[in-house]
Amino acid sequence: MRTKAITRLLFLVGVITWLALVFAEISIVFSISSNLKQELPTWLPGILLNLYILSVFYYFKLRIERDEVLNFVDLLWRVFATGLVSTVISLSLRLLEVLMGSTRLPKSLVFNDFIYLINLGLMIGFLLMAFTVWKRLILYQKSKWLLRLWTFFEVGLLLSLLYNSFNIPVVEWLYGTLFGIFVLTGLVLSGNMKWVAYLNFRQKWTSLLLLLLTIFYLLYLIYTNRTLVTVLGQAMPSMQMLTDYQEHIFILSVIVFVTVYSIFSFLVILFNLPTTSVFEQKLEEVVNFQRISQSIQTEQSEDSVYNILLETSVSTVFADAAWLEVNLRQHNYRLFTYKITEKESYDIINHLKTHNIKGILEQSSDKTKNLSKHLSSLKGSRFRSILAFPIYVKGENIGTLALLRELPEGFNKEMTKIVSTFANQAGISIENFRLMEEALQNERYKEELKIAKTVQKSLLPDVLEKDDDFDIAAFSESADEVGGDYYDTLRINDHLVSLIIADVSGKGTTAAFHMSQMKGIFHSLAQEDIEPDEFMSRSNQALIYCLERGSFISATYFMINTQTKKIRYARAGHCPVLYYSTAKKTTEYFKDKGVALGMVRNKSYKKFIQANEFSYCPDDIMVLYTDGITEAKDGKNEEFGYDRLEQIVMEVHDRPVREIQEQLIQRLYDFSGTENINDDYTTMIVKFK
Amino acid sequence: MIHIRRIQEDGADVIALIGEIDASSSIELDLAIAKSVGEGFEKILVDCGALEYISSAGLGVFMSYIEEFKDRGIRMVLFGMSDKVWHTFSILGLGELLQIGKDKVEAKQMIA
Repeated sequence: MRTKAITRLLFLVGVITWLALVFAEISIVFSISSNLKQELPTWLPGILLNLYILSVFYYFKLRIERDEVLNFVDLLWRVFATGLVSTVISLSLRLLEVLMGSTRLPKSLVFNDFIYLINLGLMIGFLLMAFTVWKRLILYQKSKWLLRLWTFFEVGLLLSLLYNSFNIPVVEWLYGTLFGIFVLTGLVLSGNMKWVAYLNFRQKWTSLLLLLLTIFYLLYLIYTNRTLVTVLGQAMPSMQMLTDYQEHIFILSVIVFVTVYSIFSFLVILFNLPTTSVFEQKLEEVVNFQRISQSIQTEQSEDSVYNILLETSVSTVFADAAWLEVNLRQHNYRLFTYKITEKESYDIINHLKTHNIKGILEQSSDKTKNLSKHLSSLKGSRFRSILAFPIYVKGENIGTLALLRELPEGFNKEMTKIVSTFANQAGISIENFRLMEEALQNERYKEELKIAKTVQKSLLPDVLEKDDDFDIAAFSESADEVGGDYYDTLRINDHLVSLIIADVSGKGTTAAFHMSQMKGIFHSLAQEDIEPDEFMSRSNQALIYCLERGSFISATYFMINTQTKKIRYARAGHCPVLYYSTAKKTTEYFKDKGVALGMVRNKSYKKFIQANEFSYCPDDIMVLYTDGITEAKDGKNEEFGYDRLEQIVMEVHDRPVREIQEQLIQRLYDFSGTENINDDYTTMIVKFK
Repeated sequence: MIHIRRIQEDGADVIALIGEIDASSSIELDLAIAKSVGEGFEKILVDCGALEYISSAGLGVFMSYIEEFKDRGIRMVLFGMSDKVWHTFSILGLGELLQIGKDKVEAKQMIA
């Protein structure tokens, strides 16, 4: 808003100063020609002219320099338009003179001076417009050095206005030197034509036309002003011209600079015309690369990305067709074609293969191969040139990018380089898709594991057997998603309930599978009222067919008889049960003989297992657990151990069973300092009533 | 981490286990025993004097050779176990399936 106001103000100042200039100069000229007494000082018109120049200069500076929207052609158009308006006004004045040819007025000195001042004002306006626009063009791609030179030029020119403003006597050598410096700087600056390269073919033609007309207007205005000055000079030989632009360093320097740059630009554009297509081609390559990388980023389908890749590489090297072979180890062989049928591609591939030509699918080749000469022996193919490039991902050859042309010798060295970059891009795309697929696969595996986890959780009982004689609480957690710990209960009849706790060697998925087998065995064998040692023998027999060498299952099987208040059990290599006796007020581990399931792989297992029996009383506690609890370690690598387990049971034996279980797990977490224990851990606690 | 050293004494192969045997290091134990068998030794002594810990996977290795050794007449004796390691063996019932001696002298007597 403020800039707009200042721009308007500057325009107004420009008009006023010009009017003042006209008034001052004409009144002086009138006084001289009429031999009247001069009332105005002769230096006034000079100062007014410079003020006019200054205001017009800043007016254009604000109008043109800040406007970001204007492109090169727009800028040239502005200059052209200003020139056109100035020339039309100037020509109309001439017409007026011709029309009034017979009257006395045209011969009048005052009238001529007036015409000159109008022309001078127009020329200065046009010059400053061009000066500002040229500045933008020159500084389009600026360097520090260029910017400094320009600042020197501009500031120098403005300072020279001071020199002209005051009637400093004209020193010939100073005048010449200053003028020389400005012309030289202008010439150096005129060498900056980088903007020309960014014009496309059409824009170049438009610019040429605009520049040609601009040069014409310039020459016309300079010529007109020169003529007028000569006429005025002849009319007033006695006195020096008051506002002779020919002695004005600023105007002269700007005239030289503007004209030189216009002519330079015109010539540079003209000579650039034939090479425009090359630059446009390069620009298109960049755009094509952007397209490819964008297509990869926006997660388009594999087919469309390869299609874009082929399309862009074809258009970049003026090929007629292309194919992309992808030969990843994990995937099947795939061929993507563009403007060529698969049959045609296979014909060529097979032809090259049968002729034993190395390079096209050769693992050892890492350079673009021009295989055109080998195509000449292939009959029936429309293609006469072929360029093939191997695609590498992490040093591994995974495919080939081939480009075809119907012209013989259709590819040059430059194209070879471009194709190699496209091949690299293809490699990136292929790798990208592979990684994406891998990530998807991993995601799927994770999902599968989640399902496995829920399935396994469902293998452990939600509700444990209830009885008037005892309460049971259990807790189990796995180190991985799935684990190998198992516990379960099953009622055999009114007074018989069976219990099992088992631990599969190892952990993770294999352990989980064996755990589910153990569940199957338990549910089928425990249905019947069989002795615990018999249960173990039969389980062992069933398991040796599915447990692999080196795997085993430790288990303890209990049968609680609520009628006789007795428990019969067999321990197959499992952690000894911890028993709290209310009568003795002590705890005890039942360490009887028994080999784990799967260790003895024949019927002699019977010899290694035995059934035992003990009686229970109300408030007695039986703690079953897996070695994940006793072998849990703290920060100092010390194990949780049997003593700690005993101690906890001694402390909390009078609580309800659920609380005992919670206390035990809480103490375990407190001991190890984490809830992520590095093994599966399970406990099942039975408290008798 | 486990470090395994083998020396031959009086026609027997003495395999010394130093460190801990867990799921990953049990493979090394398996390899060492398999190598000893492959070299034709019929008497194998396993020195557990410096064995600090053995996991179920490690026990599985010993277990997996029991039947093979019985069939081929190879005799293996473990000795020098700490109480803790012995406890691990005994809970699983391996004490009954494997020959375990107190020290090297006893082990050599058992194997003779």
